[in-house]
Parts: sequence; structure tokens; C-alpha cells
Amino acid sequence: MKKEWRTFLREKYLPHRWCAGCGNGIILNVFVHAFSEAGLNQDKTVILSGIGCSGRITQYLNFDTIHTLHGRAIPLATGIKLFRPDLNVIVFTGDGDCMAIGGNHLIHAARRNIDLTVIFINNQIYGMTGGQLSPTTPLHSKTKTSPYGNKETPFNVTELVISAGATFVAKFTTYHARELKRGLVKAFFHKGFSFVEVISACPTRWGLKPVEALESQKKEKVGIIKPSPSNTD
Amino acid sequence: MKQFIHGNEAVVRAALDAGCNFFAGYPITPSSQIAHKMAELLPQRGGIFIQMEDEIAVINTIIGASMAGARAMTATSGPGLSLMQESIGYSAITETPLVIVDVMRAGPATGIPTFPSQGDVFSACYGSHGDYPVVVLAPVNILEVYSLTFKAFYIAEKYRVPVIVLIDGITAQMKESVSLPNMNVSESDKPKRPHLGEGIRHHTTGLIHGEDGMPIYDPQLYKQVMQKLMNKIQTEELMMIQREGKESAQIFFITYGICYRSAKEAVCELEKQGISVGLIKLSTLSPFPDKKLKEFVKGAKKVIVPEMNMGQVVKEVERCLCNECEIVSVNSLGTLMEPEVLIEEAIK
Repeated sequence: MKKEWRTFLREKYLPHRWCAGCGNGIILNVFVHAFSEAGLNQDKTVILSGIGCSGRITQYLNFDTIHTLHGRAIPLATGIKLFRPDLNVIVFTGDGDCMAIGGNHLIHAARRNIDLTVIFINNQIYGMTGGQLSPTTPLHSKTKTSPYGNKETPFNVTELVISAGATFVAKFTTYHARELKRGLVKAFFHKGFSFVEVISACPTRWGLKPVEALESQKKEKVGIIKPSPSNTD
Repeated sequence: MKQFIHGNEAVVRAALDAGCNFFAGYPITPSSQIAHKMAELLPQRGGIFIQMEDEIAVINTIIGASMAGARAMTATSGPGLSLMQESIGYSAITETPLVIVDVMRAGPATGIPTFPSQGDVFSACYGSHGDYPVVVLAPVNILEVYSLTFKAFYIAEKYRVPVIVLIDGITAQMKESVSLPNMNVSESDKPKRPHLGEGIRHHTTGLIHGEDGMPIYDPQLYKQVMQKLMNKIQTEELMMIQREGKESAQIFFITYGICYRSAKEAVCELEKQGISVGLIKLSTLSPFPDKKLKEFVKGAKKVIVPEMNMGQVVKEVERCLCNECEIVSVNSLGTLMEPEVLIEEAIK
């Protein structure tokens, strides 16, 4: 039976602490609507997060929630899923958490094709620590730790997890909220490692107005990448 | 019935008897036989074995499994224990039970693979940042490898703390003829704790948190939380220490692990020469049994602390006994402590 989306929030702890225009609020909103639509059992679902702005999302979700150490949500989720395969295990992680400090865990979880749903919030910067370079920061961008421009090429994360063995891979943005909701529902039901990248905005650290930040996401190509659309229902 | 059994195999026997049903590991000598045996036996008993990509993944996986209700453990050696440190603090602050067996090899870093050692005492007792409770046990022979590993699971569940069983490379890698007790845990013995998937909807975090699991930002509350956390392991039950020999001895060996056996040999030899020397066996290294140790060696002129490192537990002994008597650190690196060295030190 479908439950109303509000029951999935710890309303007592709202409003959230994120900055105005932060993509995390949109993702929280889309997530509870997607979960409601999927009709999964709230009490048989565990939600984990790592460290960083995205890590705070578990505080607001009314489930068994675990705020793990930096980069370690995926191995902790692996332990839970192995011991309790009946539970739905969902991980929120950011670009520093998932692609820098936790990168090794990500590729190995994809290789194992373990039945987790990883929601990768990619704002391309370290927000919480003050706006430093991340492994997904675009080339030449100026950040606190790349004041003369980023000299490093960012990861193509969806390609990486596909080559590592992930069996469900999708990419959306916070601008494409409706598409993201439909994508998340599919990811929840996928048996195996599902990975959903969400390009998100950090207006505070990028020095953009919230609307400008969202506008910049319009052009992104979004949708399910694997299994390739022709093979899906 | 007596069995000729390997130290690492005794770990596995104890863990299985204690109800361990989840093992994550990463290969490292001299602990690997534990993982080999677990990989073979756990699936047969409906348990889970997994080899992870590194020791950081290992410890977080067993934390996850433990939160889900498993009796979870891993086995490693010094380099692995170093990688696990941040997560040992996480296990302590989230009050997640787990058992880590550390078979000590010579360090630091890659050290001399794989000479035996007792070099991980500091690392086990104080390795993670911040203040946190951790129970550290040190068996002296294969019978104790079994009984202390078995007990480690009980302690972890009862006190909801990480428990580290420190086994020197000699004890873990030798075979002894012992009759292991057939211990097992009845359902009523198992301490109850909440698990994931029971509809509690609790928030767990590595941030300092209040009773609702949510982060707190108040120095007074922070202190209260830390006091509660640190005090919970300050119990008699956990501080295991034994005295052998004459109470009135003027000289004592204060020992743990394999050095206990070298000292025991030295005590027997000295006895034949008419010199009475006492022997202390520390089975718990954290929380350190300050009070009992003071009581046991009261009136002694000299205590000798033999260790297979440059002097680690001796620092605890110095702190504990202050200047009450002469304290001598005797070190053996990479090899067994010779009883002759201890005899010489005692009659000096």
C-alpha cells in the first residue's frame, strides 16, 4: 500500500540546514515522492550516507538511517545487505565521498553487483569544507584549492561504474526532477548494483544564483544509460 | 579430549562456538589462516564470509553486519589494524559490537614479514582519534586464545564496544596439545540489542549525539556523553589480571602474551635457586587493571616487564606504580623472550 510522502520525512528536524538553492533539498523531495510511488516497505529499508553536505540527508529521512564515516557508506551498506538480503539498502553519497575517498569501495561494489541503490549527488565541489576541488570538478575551474584553474580531468563516473560491472546506471540533474523520480523508482526495483548520478548545484561555492545554477543543468543529457534504453520494457 | 591445534584455528573454533556468523577479511600474514578457515566453515553453517578490497572496507562491512544483527568479526595484523583505526572510533561512538583479532607481526609499517611481535599494544589501546572505549585482551597460550576470543564476543555484545584480541605471532602460529572446552551460547545468554529492519527508524551517526541519535552542539552534553561512554568499561569483570607465586615476593614479572610463558620458565628456574619471584599475568590491556596491579605488587622492590617491543605496557605500569619501586623494561625484538635474560635481570 502506498504511503503519503510526508511519512518518509522526520518533519521535526525540518527545515533542513542546506543553503538556499542547494540541490540536496530537491533530491530529498524527489526521493520521498519516488519512495512513495514505489510502495516499498519503509521499515524494511535502510538508508545510509557518507560525509559532506549530502551526508546530512539521512537526518531528515524517517527510516533506519546511518550517517557513516567519510567514504565508507558503501562497505557498511554491503555488510547490511549481505546479512539481511531482505532489506532495501539505499546509499546517498557526494562526489568527494564517493569518487575521492570512497572510490575504491564504489568500483568493488559495482564489480560485485551487490543489490544496493547508490544515489550519487554530484555538485562537483567540496561544499561543506569550504569549496575545494573534487574529482568531478570541471577542467580549468577555479576553486579554493585550484585558484589558477583545475589542471585535472574530471571522472566520467557513469562510464566508470559501467566498466566496473554496475548493472543499472542512470544520470539526471536536479533540474530534471520528474525524470529523476521515475529513474529512482526503477533503480529501487533493479536487482543488482544500481547507480544514479544526479548533477546538483552548489550556488554558494560556485558563486551562482540558484536559478542560474539550475539553468546550467538544462542541457545535460539525462536518462537511463544501462541497461540501454532499447533493452528496457 | 586433547587435540593438537593451531593458534589461528583456535580463534576460529572460539568464534564459531560464540555464534559468530559474519566474517569479512583481507589477506595478511600471520592472520590469514583464520580467514581461510572461516571461508570454509561459515557458509556450511549459514554464515557469511566475504573478502573485501582493503581493511577499511573490512571493518565498515562488519560494522554494517553487526548493526543488522550479526555477530561479526575480522582478523588482521598490524598494518591492517592501522587502516581500521578511524572506524574503530566509529564502532565505539555508535556502540556497535565487533571483534577484531590482531595477530601481531614486527612493525612499524611493513616491518619484517613476518617476525612475531607484541608491537600493537599502543595501536590497539589508543590508535583512533578522540577519546573512546575499547577492550583489548591478550591470551598467553592456545587455551586462552580460545577462551578469550570466545569471551570477546560476549563482551562486545554486553558492553556494545569494539573488542580487540591481541595475539602475538608466536602464539597464533604454534600448535599445542590442548583440550578445548566445549563452550556455547544459549539464547538466554545473548544480550539483546536493537537491529536494523525492526521498524525503530533510528538515526545512527559518528557525530557526537544525544539519545535521539541526532547531533549535539553543547560542550556540557558532549562531556556527559563522553563520560558515559568511557565509564561503561570501567568494571571489575573486564579487568582480568592474575598473580602467581608468593605474595611477599620482592621481585615481580609483569607479563602478557607469550612473554608470560618465558617468565614462568624463569620463575621456576629461580625457585630452584631459592629466589622467590612473583608473576603477574595481564589478560586485559584495556581497560588497564590499575587497582589490582597496585595491590598485587605492593611492597615489591622491583618489577620487570618483558615485552616483544621497545616498551609499551611498561608505560602503563610506570603510570600505575609511579615511583613505588624500580621498573625495568626488557625487550626482545622479532624473536621469543629468552628465560635466561629474565633470570639474569631478576638476580641483578
